[in-house]
Amino acid sequence: MDPVLDNLDLYWDGFLRSLSIIGWSLVGSLLLGTLIAAFRVSPVASLRAFGSAWVTVVRNCPLTIVLFFMAFGLPELGINTSFYVFGVGGLIIYTSAFVCEAIRSGINSVSAGQAEAARAIGLPFTQTLTQVVLPQALRATVPPLGSVQIAMFKNSAVVGAFGVGGDLWSAGRNLTSAQGYAYIPVLTGVAIGYLVITLTGGALLAVIERKVAIAR
Amino acid sequence: MTAEQTSSSPSAARGEPLVVLDHVDKWFGDLHVLQDIHLSVARGEVVVVIGPSGSGKSTLCRAINRLETIDKGEISLDGQPLPAEGKELAALRAEVGMVFQSFNLFAHKTILENVTLGPIKVRGIKKADADKRAMELLERVGIAHQAKKYPAQLSGGQQQRVAIARALAMDPKVMLFDEPTSALDPEMIKEVLDVMVDLAEQGMTMVVVTHEMGFARTAADRVVFMADGAIVEENTPEEFFTNPQSERAQDFLSKILKH
Repeated sequence: MDPVLDNLDLYWDGFLRSLSIIGWSLVGSLLLGTLIAAFRVSPVASLRAFGSAWVTVVRNCPLTIVLFFMAFGLPELGINTSFYVFGVGGLIIYTSAFVCEAIRSGINSVSAGQAEAARAIGLPFTQTLTQVVLPQALRATVPPLGSVQIAMFKNSAVVGAFGVGGDLWSAGRNLTSAQGYAYIPVLTGVAIGYLVITLTGGALLAVIERKVAIAR
Repeated sequence: MTAEQTSSSPSAARGEPLVVLDHVDKWFGDLHVLQDIHLSVARGEVVVVIGPSGSGKSTLCRAINRLETIDKGEISLDGQPLPAEGKELAALRAEVGMVFQSFNLFAHKTILENVTLGPIKVRGIKKADADKRAMELLERVGIAHQAKKYPAQLSGGQQQRVAIARALAMDPKVMLFDEPTSALDPEMIKEVLDVMVDLAEQGMTMVVVTHEMGFARTAADRVVFMADGAIVEENTPEEFFTNPQSERAQDFLSKILKH
């Protein structure tokens, strides 16, 4: 395992870079996905149409295509920023479609009577959603949302490969291609790095699942 | 805005129309569920709507706070036509209490929180004040000692009484009851009806869709009989039950009163 031990600093930098891509994408995709889910169940027809178009287009495009559109499409529209922002933005957009559908399945698991009762005491749409429907939807939403986010953790490698660089995956590529280390030990190190992230994520998820199960 | 300011004052003239349905039509696809409905409910009046299943009586009840939209005609509350959407509609719904067949208490909130959610979020009342008022209402319906529990820990009859307290907490101008006892065991029906009779005696304006003929006789000022989406007959309970005019009502009553 010398290639790994000799280059622990490179691995560590890559690990932190991956964590930063993942952290921003987690927060961003949860916010954006919840917003799109709210659109999809809103009483306004144009918002519903926008929400379902968003999901249809984004969910059915490969992540690399979304990233290409970010990196090469947006500059055409005069939007220029770093590859890092394009990459994280693309991952947020891509993941939001899946987050939206996980949340919507949770919303559908709450009986229609709950929303009717909320409307009947005069709560407007937003509060019906935030006070009554979403808290109950959460319980059914956590497991699928967890899968979506763990998939996103791994998709961060695609973002890294897409010219953002400096992440865990790129660290491995650098060691093998540029510095000529053997593939198997280097990639084992990379895999361990991702496992630390995904397994920690999975453990956190189990804690959250237990929390929302009790809160009743 | 405080609870006192929004409550319908008991001294308001009784008899002026509060809820008015004018030429109301609704279709579910080809099914004409509400056919040219005219109904005027006066302030302080208790109107009981009865009729066979599928006669449109629940739809009628739900149309009054626009949980069901209508295709033609107009519904107005206290002289104001029902708004179609948005904040105005939410504001109107706050003035109309609704009690559902399946209770629909908020499953993730305690009994007390169920009752205070509307006053706090919609009326902007301080939590302490909302709690105090909610406890008074829960006392009134006999559930005060269960305030910290969750809905699933209560019996159906208790849940329905909480649902009534939740609606009353908004100080509504009118209360709608959509088959409030249909999902209850016989012994729980009485505890809910007792609360409703109490409300009626205190002058609450009520529209009650029910199969409880006993309640109609005791508490109703007027019975509205619906069949196949239309109002077939309306009369005082005494007249309606002893001397129904239409064949449809005679037939209905002969079937339900035999047992």
